[in-house]
Amino acid sequence: MEAEAAKYIGAGLAMLGMIGAGIGLGVMFGNYFQGALRNPTAAAQERPMLFLGMALTEALGIFALVVAFLILFS
Amino acid sequence: MADPMHQFQVSKIVELPTVTVLGLPIDLSITNSVAAMLLAATLVVVFYALASAKQAVIPGRLQTVGEMLYGLVDGLAESIIGHEGKKFLPFVFTLFAFVLFMNVQGMFLVFTATSQLAVTLTLGMLVILTVVAVGFAKNGIKFFKLFAPSGVPGWILPLVVLIEIVSFLVRPLTLALRLFGNMVGGHVVLKIFAGFVVALGGLGVLGWAGAALALTSVVALTALEFMVAFLQAFVFAVLACVYLNDVVHLDSH
Repeated sequence: MEAEAAKYIGAGLAMLGMIGAGIGLGVMFGNYFQGALRNPTAAAQERPMLFLGMALTEALGIFALVVAFLILFS
Repeated sequence: MADPMHQFQVSKIVELPTVTVLGLPIDLSITNSVAAMLLAATLVVVFYALASAKQAVIPGRLQTVGEMLYGLVDGLAESIIGHEGKKFLPFVFTLFAFVLFMNVQGMFLVFTATSQLAVTLTLGMLVILTVVAVGFAKNGIKFFKLFAPSGVPGWILPLVVLIEIVSFLVRPLTLALRLFGNMVGGHVVLKIFAGFVVALGGLGVLGWAGAALALTSVVALTALEFMVAFLQAFVFAVLACVYLNDVVHLDSH
């Protein structure tokens, strides 16, 4: 196998880390809406925490993207 | 297909001489990245000068938008940091406005300043250095209590301290990478789908259906990117507030 091809395959495999971020975001937003629909009055004040959780979850997915970029362009 | 990474290339617009400060050569040339940041900073100032020029009791359109953004960050600092949040509002709001304008500007113009890791990392370092400075100014040497949460059993404390130190040091990195990754990722996806439209449209009548589908995706993704541009600026402000809160209320840590 050529080195160039292995590089592309590696970058693709690195992006598998996004699966985890996707599952995490789904679980988080799903649970937020479950709570929010049960008690809509308390939903607004939990929204900053929702975005905080989103940011932290998403950061891990972004790490996978950065690793893929590193493999591709270095 | 055109290279989707081409839009992130930094190129010099105005050549300026290189000066040496403390033995470090600093290139003063105006690149497109610098120009985008200058434009964003100018736009923030001009926007708020116009929005607050006529302070009406019943606000006009511009004043309403300005007040909404200000109120958002004000409420954020108040709810996360508490009463002392007012002191940090200028810092957090400046960060928020600057990042927001750079992100949104990237949706209209060719270059996104926040898609440069150097820019986002500088902003991240700015936040964490402010946190360290505020922590030392407020708590003195007790700042290091940040790494040793109360109520942890003694035998597990070394491990917790190690984890806390690493998680503290990685904060500016995650802050920078999140903004950078979201911007780069979003703009690359937009360019790739735009490339599909051209490539499929060139195939003849059969390709037109695919091209129409790709074009619809581009429109939807553009809307999504506008939301991401706002959301990432918001998240940046939220995290700056949370990190500041850690050192302002060290006792309840």
